[in-house]
Amino acid sequence: MSEEPREQPHEDPPQESPEEPQERAGHTPSRRAMLGTGAVAAAVGVAGGFGAGRATAAESTKGATSSPFALRGAHQPGITTPVQDRLHFAAFDVTTTSRARLISLLKEWTEAAERMMAGGSAGPIGPVEGDYRLPPDDTGEAIGLPPSRLTITFGFGPGLFADADGKDRFGLADRRPAALEPLPHFPGDLLDPARSGGDLCVQACADDPQVAVHAIRNLARVGMGTVAVRWSQLGFGRTSSTTSGQATPRNLFGFKDGTKNILAEETDALDEHVWVQPEDDGARWLAGGSYLAVRRINMVIETWDRQGLADQEAVIGRTKSSGAPLSGGEEHADPDFTMPGRGGPIVPTDSHVAVVHPDHNDGVRILRRGYNFVDGSTDLGTLDAGLFFLAYVRDPSTRFIPMQTAMAKNDAMMEYLKFTGSALFAVPPGAGEGEYIGQALFATS
Amino acid sequence: MTLRHLTAVALLVSALAACTSNSPSGDAKGDERTIAVTSTDDGCEVSTAEVPEGALTFKVKNAGTKVTEFYLLGEDGLRIVGEVENIGPDLARDLVVNVPAGSYTTACKPGMVGEGIRADFTVATSKGSTVAAGDQATVAQAEKNYAAYVKDQSDQLLTKTTTFVDLYEAGKDDEARELYAQARVHWERIETVAESFGDLDPKMDAREADLEPGQKWTGWHRIEKDLWPQEAKDYTPLTDAERTTFGDDLLKNTKTLDSRIQKMSFTVDQIANGSRGLLEEVATGKVTGEEEAWSHTDLWDFQANVDGAKVGYDGVRPILMDNGNSALARQLDSRFAELQDLLDEHKKGDGFVSYTDLSKDEVKELSDAVNALSEPLSKLTAAVV
Repeated sequence: MSEEPREQPHEDPPQESPEEPQERAGHTPSRRAMLGTGAVAAAVGVAGGFGAGRATAAESTKGATSSPFALRGAHQPGITTPVQDRLHFAAFDVTTTSRARLISLLKEWTEAAERMMAGGSAGPIGPVEGDYRLPPDDTGEAIGLPPSRLTITFGFGPGLFADADGKDRFGLADRRPAALEPLPHFPGDLLDPARSGGDLCVQACADDPQVAVHAIRNLARVGMGTVAVRWSQLGFGRTSSTTSGQATPRNLFGFKDGTKNILAEETDALDEHVWVQPEDDGARWLAGGSYLAVRRINMVIETWDRQGLADQEAVIGRTKSSGAPLSGGEEHADPDFTMPGRGGPIVPTDSHVAVVHPDHNDGVRILRRGYNFVDGSTDLGTLDAGLFFLAYVRDPSTRFIPMQTAMAKNDAMMEYLKFTGSALFAVPPGAGEGEYIGQALFATS
Repeated sequence: MTLRHLTAVALLVSALAACTSNSPSGDAKGDERTIAVTSTDDGCEVSTAEVPEGALTFKVKNAGTKVTEFYLLGEDGLRIVGEVENIGPDLARDLVVNVPAGSYTTACKPGMVGEGIRADFTVATSKGSTVAAGDQATVAQAEKNYAAYVKDQSDQLLTKTTTFVDLYEAGKDDEARELYAQARVHWERIETVAESFGDLDPKMDAREADLEPGQKWTGWHRIEKDLWPQEAKDYTPLTDAERTTFGDDLLKNTKTLDSRIQKMSFTVDQIANGSRGLLEEVATGKVTGEEEAWSHTDLWDFQANVDGAKVGYDGVRPILMDNGNSALARQLDSRFAELQDLLDEHKKGDGFVSYTDLSKDEVKELSDAVNALSEPLSKLTAAVV
């Protein structure tokens, strides 16, 4: 045989070398050898099991926590769950016109998410347990990794209910709550359409980036043909806390931020500010759910780094060292916005803490799950970096848009921010046993 | 840096930036030039009353309930050698200040009122310490010169804007386009000052992306879009009546701006901060081509921002030298020159090539030069006050 067909196998019609079809099927040296190796791998896989393998790894992996989170419950996981260290967030466009296919995808996603959160595989079979002739139903990069506190959270964007022309896509138009519409343009928005919007979203948080990426990758794969990834975002270094046991982390400006945000223990505040209540618009299917406001906020890091410490603290309204308000005390001390300083209140009225504080926003509080991001560098060699802001609110029209507007208009920090992505999603309540995420939305009664 | 920022911060800056005050670092423990100060509502405890000359660090802790300040005053009790303001209760700040041998007075000022709680403080001669004190006459000269410069630029802005508006309203678009960038040069040279008027800036210099819902778009960039509509989708040209409305509005605001600027004065720290702020304007808006989205005359603005920064820097440079910071001066001199050399490569006639004519590599090169200059420039304020 000649060497040529091997060098350009894809351009060769099979008929031209019928004597060696096996070499063409996957470029492996020998199918028989492959089968042999596979058989051993399969035996190991069946005996140990994917989930068992990951649980074992958990015991020896630094920082791994013992118990995975459950998918099922009154609320979706990944909202009040103690914030993990890593994020992979993806927004999807629905590409099908079939309501049945959409529902069937949500069922598959629910089951896959439940398996993966438990430390198992995305598909029912597993990464190395299936038919050797087929691609595995799990991509395998999480083999040996613990569940890593993975949570997967699903949301529905305005486009799921009606397209840009207002046409009802899946018979859901009359169920769209008034608040679920694209966020308005805010001053300072330089939105990239390729990082904004989406009909569906999936937020995967975990302590291990590989686990979060594995989750999104496999859900995207399951959804191909029904949905298509519109954009996605990786995040690291949580920039918020959702439980009192967590210290307030720092953003890429080096400051503590979000000290006053709602924690999981504050159940009354959650009902008031985060969970959609039975009397709310759209509650027929959304009660117990929430809205997710997403903002990709680029920070002008290099310019910020050239500001004097006094200027930086005046912009934030807190000390850089402890995070205490400039009016004194510890981090969690209430800022005294009336305390006089030289030339005005000691906490400047245009400081970030003053502008977004609940006292100046009708008492509104949010639940934040933001992450830092660094997507390499720009053409100019500056960091393409910032804060990927994720906030859960009961009603964006009263609990997010006014605050964002005030920030855009009055916050001294805006000087160092560029908003490059934006989206809003309704996050349905949790799924009970035997249910799929968002089932109530599709209920026909 | 907007002026909103400048106004909020400038007041702090005279004290803070001047003296390189920092949050407590705690690294200099046991150092004889580190002095612990505890301010209470009715007391001011200074850990030692005599130290050797040199860079002194006062670690000021506010143990009281009111905002406090700490001052190091001359022997006369009047001249401020160093100060740190706005220390909230339970917070601490460092005052780092270079002090020559002599007799001084310390003062805590709880509640920021009155004479403060004072005590004598002695700085002894020490071998190997050279401490210079800024010459007040040099400072006064710098302040006077910069104010004159700003007023002159404002005056020229008004003159050229008047002509520009006349041409625009008369439909002489070619001539108006010609003058657009030339008139704006005078705005851009004093941009940090012009921006400081929070009521005028949005009316005069807002870009379309800066608008909030319902905000009426007026000013330079509104007219810019009308003069360069090629890239605007579905753009409807303004009518003659609308042109008159927008033109008159810009002229009216320019007059208001000019009358306010004629009354202004500037302190050394404001001049130095303004110089830094102008380079930030370059970094965030001009080198990225965002400022002049329709006319692409960003390089004119770029040059004008650099001009303004250079004038501010040149004005305070003698103070920098007086204060013994010749190394920083040399660095800034050469970085300003390098940036100017790069800009010169893009000159065309009396102005510059269109921003869209720049290659990616050329933009990157300019951006790198802006960063190279901005980094040492961020140290200027602390070095001259």
